[in-house]
Parts: sequence; structure tokens; C-alpha cells
Amino acid sequence: MANEEVRYLNPPTVDVRKKKYCRFKKAGIKYVDYKDPEFLKKFLNEQGKILPRRITGTSLKFQRKVAVAVKRARSLALLPYVTDLLK
Amino acid sequence: MLKQYETVFIATPVLSDAQMKEAVKKYTDLITANGGEIVYEEDWGLKQLAYPIQHKTSGFYYLIEFKAAPEFVNTLEVQYKRDERIIRFLTVALDKDAIAYAEHRREVRSAKKNAPVEEPKEEAKEEIELPEEYDVEPIETKED
Repeated sequence: MANEEVRYLNPPTVDVRKKKYCRFKKAGIKYVDYKDPEFLKKFLNEQGKILPRRITGTSLKFQRKVAVAVKRARSLALLPYVTDLLK
Repeated sequence: MLKQYETVFIATPVLSDAQMKEAVKKYTDLITANGGEIVYEEDWGLKQLAYPIQHKTSGFYYLIEFKAAPEFVNTLEVQYKRDERIIRFLTVALDKDAIAYAEHRREVRSAKKNAPVEEPKEEAKEEIELPEEYDVEPIETKED
């Protein structure tokens, strides 16, 4: 190796991770509505479980509100408690 | 001191329109008779339930926003429990953000009602665009 410079066969992939943000803070939403199941589905996985903050990027304040809203929607049969292939 | 509440109940799907109106009237009368006032009512109609309740897969949803004394909520919920027509109910106290949201929601809803002509056109456009995309994708997979 005469040339000390490191060479790659493939150009190294520099993954620029998109910074997560709280969509409620960004949009200025103050109240999470339990009557809107289509909106709440953004915070659920395919089994209807609530997604953690580390995935959605929601701030703690609104994660709590989302959790309450999802649970209210579930009790009104707007969202399922358990399911498969939601979405 | 009146506090603002919001209650949603689900009635059994076997009720006729008249019976449903009677049930709604019972609760609105109950609220006004106990010194409360109705702020807003909304009929969601017959909706599919996300899971069966009492072996029923659908129900009539009805939303009432009202102002009442905090003690009244208990009497309202007792009436719900005694009523066989009601299969599920939820009463929630509204804080100031929730009241602001509810007002905004009402405005949006009434605006939609006043201009229903524009909406179907937009939906129709989307429906036309979608099939073209679907036509392209299957061909690519067949080649693979």
C-alpha cells in the first residue's frame, strides 16, 4: 500500500439522520382529540399499540396527552384494543 | 359554578330513528332540567365499532357538549347505566384548550356543511389519479 490514503470500493454512505421533532409543538396543537381516530392512528403500530416517543419524536407533555386520547378512543370503540393489520 | 363537559354515547343499532331521537331528548332534557345548558350536539349516525360490544358490531354515536354543575355528571352516568339502549358512554371535562379546540372544530364543521359542493370534486379527482399509479406498479413486478 503505497498510498496511505484510505480508499473505499463503494463511496462511504454518510447517513444524515433527520432530526425528530414534536409535531404538536411544531404545529401549535394544544389539545389532542380522542374523537379523531384517523389522526391517532399515526401514533399506533400495526397491532394498535401506542408507539414510543423515541420513534414518533413527540415531546413528553404531548405523549401523555396522546396516550390518554388513544385510551379514550379505545373505550368508545373508535380504535381497537388489539388487532392485526391496522393501517 | 358550571363546568363544561362533553359526553359521547353509543346506542344500540336496533333503535329506529324515532327511538333514537327519544333517547337523545331524554338526555338533553335531563341536562337542562338539572340547571345545565346544551352548548352543542352532533349526530355521528350509525358507525361500525372497532370491536364488538354486547355482541353488536355497530352503534349510533351521539355527542353532546354541555355546561353543568360537577355533581350532575354522576346522575347523568347513573342514567346511562340504567338505560339498556346505551351500550357505551364517555363523559369528559373540557379544559380551556379543549374548549378552544371544540369551538374550532364546530366552525370547521359548519363551514364544510355550507360548502359541500367543493368537496366531492376534490375526492373525485383523487380517485381518477390513483388507478394510473396502480396500473404502473404490477407491470414492473411481473418483469422481475
